[in-house]
Amino acid sequence: MSSLTQGPPEALVTNPTSERQDTVRERKRRGSIRPTLAPWAFLAPAIVLFVLFLVIPIGYAIYLSFVGLRVDGGAFGKRTQVFVGFENYVSYLTNPEFIASFGRLALFGFIAVPLTLGLALLFALLLDLPGVKATRFARTAIFLPYAVPGVIATLLWGFMYLPTTSPFNYALNAIGLPDFDFLSSNSIYGSLANIAIWAAVGFNMIILYTALRSIPAEIYEAAKLDGAPEWRIAWHIKIPLLAPALLLTLLFSLIGTLQAYGEPMTLRTLSSSISYSFFPLMKIYRDAFGTDDVSGAAAASVVMALGTLLISILLLRVLQRRTFDNAR
Amino acid sequence: MSVLAPDRRRTRTRIVPTIVLLLGALYTLIPIIWVISASTKTSGELFTTFSFLPGTGFIDNIIDLSTFNNGQYWLWGLNSLIYAGGGALISTLVSASAGYALARFQFRGRALIFTILLAGVLLPQITLAIPQYFLMTNLGLANTYWSVLLPSIINPFGIYLACIYAQGSVPEETIEAARIDGASEFRVFRSLALPMMLPGLVTVFMLQFIGIWNNFLLPFIMLSDESMFPLTTGLYLLLNRGTGTPVLYTLAITGALISIIPLVAMMLFLQRYWRLDLLSGSLKG
Repeated sequence: MSSLTQGPPEALVTNPTSERQDTVRERKRRGSIRPTLAPWAFLAPAIVLFVLFLVIPIGYAIYLSFVGLRVDGGAFGKRTQVFVGFENYVSYLTNPEFIASFGRLALFGFIAVPLTLGLALLFALLLDLPGVKATRFARTAIFLPYAVPGVIATLLWGFMYLPTTSPFNYALNAIGLPDFDFLSSNSIYGSLANIAIWAAVGFNMIILYTALRSIPAEIYEAAKLDGAPEWRIAWHIKIPLLAPALLLTLLFSLIGTLQAYGEPMTLRTLSSSISYSFFPLMKIYRDAFGTDDVSGAAAASVVMALGTLLISILLLRVLQRRTFDNAR
Repeated sequence: MSVLAPDRRRTRTRIVPTIVLLLGALYTLIPIIWVISASTKTSGELFTTFSFLPGTGFIDNIIDLSTFNNGQYWLWGLNSLIYAGGGALISTLVSASAGYALARFQFRGRALIFTILLAGVLLPQITLAIPQYFLMTNLGLANTYWSVLLPSIINPFGIYLACIYAQGSVPEETIEAARIDGASEFRVFRSLALPMMLPGLVTVFMLQFIGIWNNFLLPFIMLSDESMFPLTTGLYLLLNRGTGTPVLYTLAITGALISIIPLVAMMLFLQRYWRLDLLSGSLKG
């Protein structure tokens, strides 16, 4: 199967001269001139859209992040846009509200990411275990939340957190315990993380499960014949072989965490524990549209995009190195 | 595997793992069960009766939801269908064509395009939404259907998947044979490659459809006219106003239930056509 490690490098290795020779040779062999325009025609719609909706917005954001409004000429001066260098970046990155929003995001991520991946791995390994019943039902049920939008998921959980409609508090009261406040400023992180886990565990489980199924059974036949218990096979053979898929799910989860927006915004309508600048993206949105600090918001967007790109490249490097090691 | 398993231990039902999996299923199903029972309650019952007991107001809730602002809810549903259906369809075609070109043509600049594409995969679409809004404003397209539809069409990950799928399912020789027979490149793509790539394209379509349907930030930023909202932003609006008028809570809950039915149904129905192994296999190495 083709892969991230195979696709581009294979193309990169081919040096221009040999490629040209190949083309010439192929032309001769086929006795016709291969249209060199065709691939570009097939790519054209994608390239146009890519430039319009990815390259230009990024370029524009970068431009905006380096300019600011300056007032010249005293009290009645004109406001003009001038180049301000890294000023927007410095002021945004040292903004206590922005730093605090990152702290909150980190706290949320520390709960949500490991639990999501841990549960996804557990369920995937259990699905792969011989002798386990009801796997088809469990697999479908656990994957189901993937089809539920984050806003809807938050709406459902939000009502189950709300003291007046919570089934959990009903159950607690029934056994003589007091209400639990799921929306207090302390428990809000766990409550938000729970929604994220609920939404993402199935998707990650399917990725890990399909990766498990593609491992040839012969690899653990020997261990089985030696009478190794299933948990040892899982720990010593399956999990190490799953490492690349686990890294991939980690990458998806981290990117997903950085982008948390719809869920906290929706839960905000039910809880006063979530402020308008609770998570970084909420603060950026507010600055861009609420307080009109477009330059600051652009600088923050660029920082977020660069940060995500950096995490992705780092993780993919590890992924590639591991794949190479396995191949050797 | 089972042929090589003569001992009975392996075929015996494993109770504890089965229970753990069923607990996982219960966890994911609880909110679904809750919303089904909550949508049958009148707004009085919602706050007074036990959550999982059915109420008496289901039909009234549906009527209230349908008549709310002259059927605004159904308009939101239609909008979601337009954004997700139209966006995913065009996106899949664009991805298929670009993926096919990258997989089955050798040309200068292919490596460069691939690298740029990969960077696009890794870039969070969501941090783009605010700059995209400024672009749309400058083009005079903000607060139109196009402002949500157009940015949803370009999907680097879809192109990447289509490319992998073309490499795996469209044999080089078949293309060659058709070319020798004098078929144009476009015809080769449309009549040969596209049908061969179809199973993989279903996956690309589904991923994109669900992605657009579930998107909140992009329509939230682009649209100010409520009549153009998709379901996600529409229900957020209901919930936001519900703080003042609890009757809207019942509408939001009933609306949430109805909005997940088509997606869940589609997911269950198309489950067998999904090729998620493509997704993990592609990046597994």
